[in-house]
Amino acid sequence: MLTQSQIDAIADAVLQSMKNDTPVSAPQTIETAVKPVLSEKKPPKSKCHESRGDRPVQALEGVGDITSKEVRAVPLLDHIEDSEGLERMMARTPARIGVGNCGPRLKTRTMLTLRADHAAARDAVFMDVSQGLLDRMGLFTLETRCTDKTQFLTRPDLGRVFSPETMDELRSKCLHDVDVQIYASDGLSSTAIEANLENILPVIMEGLQAKGLKVGTPFFVKNGRVAAMDQVSEALNAAVTCVLIGERPGLATAESMSAYIAYKATVGMPEARRTVVSNIHARGIPAVEAGAYIVDVIQKILDAKASGVELKK
Amino acid sequence: MKDESTILSVGIDIGTSTTQVIFSRLTFKNSAGYFAVPHIAIVDKEVVYKSDIYMTPLENRVMIDGKKVRDIVAGEFAKAGYGPADTQTGAVIITGESARKENSEIVLRELSDFAGEFVVSTAGPDLEAIIAGKGSGARQYSVDNQCTVVNLDIGGGTTNAVLFDSGEVIGKGCLDIGGRLVKIDASGCIEYISDSVKQIAAAEGISIEIGEEGDYNKLQRISEAMAKLLQQWLEGDMSSLLRRITTPGSTEFEYVKPIRAVCFSGGVADCIYHSPEGPWTKYGDMGIVLGEVIRQSRLFSDFHVIEAKETIRATVVGAGSYTTSVSGSTITYNRDVFPLKNIPVLKLTAQEQEPCFGGAEDELREKLLWMQSQSDSQQLILAMKGKPDPSYMEVKRLAACLVSVLDDVLPEGSPMVVVLECDMAKALGQMMMGLETRHPRDVICIDSVQVDQNDFVDMGKPLVDGLVIPVVVKTLIFG
Repeated sequence: MLTQSQIDAIADAVLQSMKNDTPVSAPQTIETAVKPVLSEKKPPKSKCHESRGDRPVQALEGVGDITSKEVRAVPLLDHIEDSEGLERMMARTPARIGVGNCGPRLKTRTMLTLRADHAAARDAVFMDVSQGLLDRMGLFTLETRCTDKTQFLTRPDLGRVFSPETMDELRSKCLHDVDVQIYASDGLSSTAIEANLENILPVIMEGLQAKGLKVGTPFFVKNGRVAAMDQVSEALNAAVTCVLIGERPGLATAESMSAYIAYKATVGMPEARRTVVSNIHARGIPAVEAGAYIVDVIQKILDAKASGVELKK
Repeated sequence: MKDESTILSVGIDIGTSTTQVIFSRLTFKNSAGYFAVPHIAIVDKEVVYKSDIYMTPLENRVMIDGKKVRDIVAGEFAKAGYGPADTQTGAVIITGESARKENSEIVLRELSDFAGEFVVSTAGPDLEAIIAGKGSGARQYSVDNQCTVVNLDIGGGTTNAVLFDSGEVIGKGCLDIGGRLVKIDASGCIEYISDSVKQIAAAEGISIEIGEEGDYNKLQRISEAMAKLLQQWLEGDMSSLLRRITTPGSTEFEYVKPIRAVCFSGGVADCIYHSPEGPWTKYGDMGIVLGEVIRQSRLFSDFHVIEAKETIRATVVGAGSYTTSVSGSTITYNRDVFPLKNIPVLKLTAQEQEPCFGGAEDELREKLLWMQSQSDSQQLILAMKGKPDPSYMEVKRLAACLVSVLDDVLPEGSPMVVVLECDMAKALGQMMMGLETRHPRDVICIDSVQVDQNDFVDMGKPLVDGLVIPVVVKTLIFG
């Protein structure tokens, strides 16, 4: 418990901070004012555990972006029993642990971070892949039958098919009868493509060419679902088709990409025939490393003439 | 597709007083889900055979009798029912006062030819401490309980300490304190007193001479002084006496964090945890006295003492079960050239790897040439941390830089071996393989393995469908 003199000191500090002109949010100011007083109250030093209770608040000062790694790493929990243990646990998961609570609710900071992450997820879905990226990579764009993002979200079936004109364009611009056809698609996260494509696509293309395989012309499909690869595969007569596609974003990352790979994909084939390499992002498998791995997977699929569940047998 | 591999590992510990052999079976398994990139880990370590505990055969006080060691090992292989070719990995470690360059040469000569593909290595005091701490279960306790645990491996000649913090080694050191530092012959007379005991006795004002009758009370007082020294050591209170009995070549044990639990292993630990039956002179040394004194000392009342999974066998179990690690699951090797043994490491620091990612070759070339002038090995491993999420261009420039320099500097035919910590070896290796070299060269590029300058590395045959290779990292510290 606090002594009377400590309570007085806190009250003074709070009053002092209220006179202060700097526009900071009140709770934080009070917290900042209270902490130095509280930290003077030295808890009995136990052998097992050093009190480091004053650290989180200091770490929060002057960091602007609440979605940054540094701010996320700071526990918001009050009265931490083992702060090092908590930090270790927090470092191992993107889940929101150690955030504490305010009565039955989340703390304001947690709430704001959640809103920010949700906004990033919405952006990933609704934004388009920038033309600049596609130009740099020399990719032309094909659209599925979806006319906009809203239709893309509400009509999954239209995201799997192309119009006859688009199919003609596909056939005329691309190599036919290839060993491997690779293309990229926004899927549910344009952000994932922005984050990973430049690092993964050249690794796969070079890796496959080094193995002496005939690799098709890469391109980009806007508003595409995974199964659009079946039409691509049929049109170009590709032995293996691989689509690099943005995964449905969550609140942990909006940058996750997957590669779906199928041997002689055909429209209407069972989903079990697709091999998938998932979680391609900075905190999952790094894009370049995933690219090198995918090269080996494709080689294996070509050797086995099978993909998906059949490959695993 | 194979999702699991097992290999047989042998551990041989030749210590100051005892020599032991164990066999353990290591299971490697893909623990990643169906849709993820494979992640192969060692999921099980089962000790399948434990040998008797032999007195280490000595020619004189410090030199091992190589022939007799060979007989012991050969006999235990036969008893266990294994042939030399059955073991794929493992380690021989020479510890305590036996850890000398001459002894390591004897062991290399006597054991390497017959022990199949297993690894012959020798431990310095630091490595020995870590191996014992893993074998005793202290490390696992620190992982399970997320706390700091110190393991004190009290053997015949030395006490090795290692401090684990949630599995990580954060401190290590070695003192000349042990159970056989005073030896007593069959007639009950003292036949040997170590330098460290002489120093401790002098500091305590106890006179002890070779030839006099072994006096329990005297040895008890010496043991009490030893226990006090251990206590001071763990509390970071370095006296000049402590400094003088620190084993040469070991790291100074630094007190960096409060110690939450203490675990004892080594031969003396048996006498610490349980009071042995029979006369205190039955082992012909002061081990039993030391054990009893430690049990009654403040080491037991001030610290939380945990039970060791292995006591006298901690080091040998550590050598057999815990020296082999596994590479990352996305790696590159162009063909099976394994096993590779005893390859010295050239480690680039974070600052030194930076220019290589930029494609600058000069510094790396200079460093490699320097390394070659220092080492008599034809091969070398280039090690660096790497980057957690490198860009395509960075990896491409790094590959070009490495191939250009390694191809120039390495002798004809020796492979380009790169070891990284960050997950990027498959990408780097694939790009390296695509580059022209003047002579045909093998490319081996693995990740998720941490090595340091002056380490030596062994790489075993690929496992689990060729996805990973077993790796043993050794630190050889001999003058």
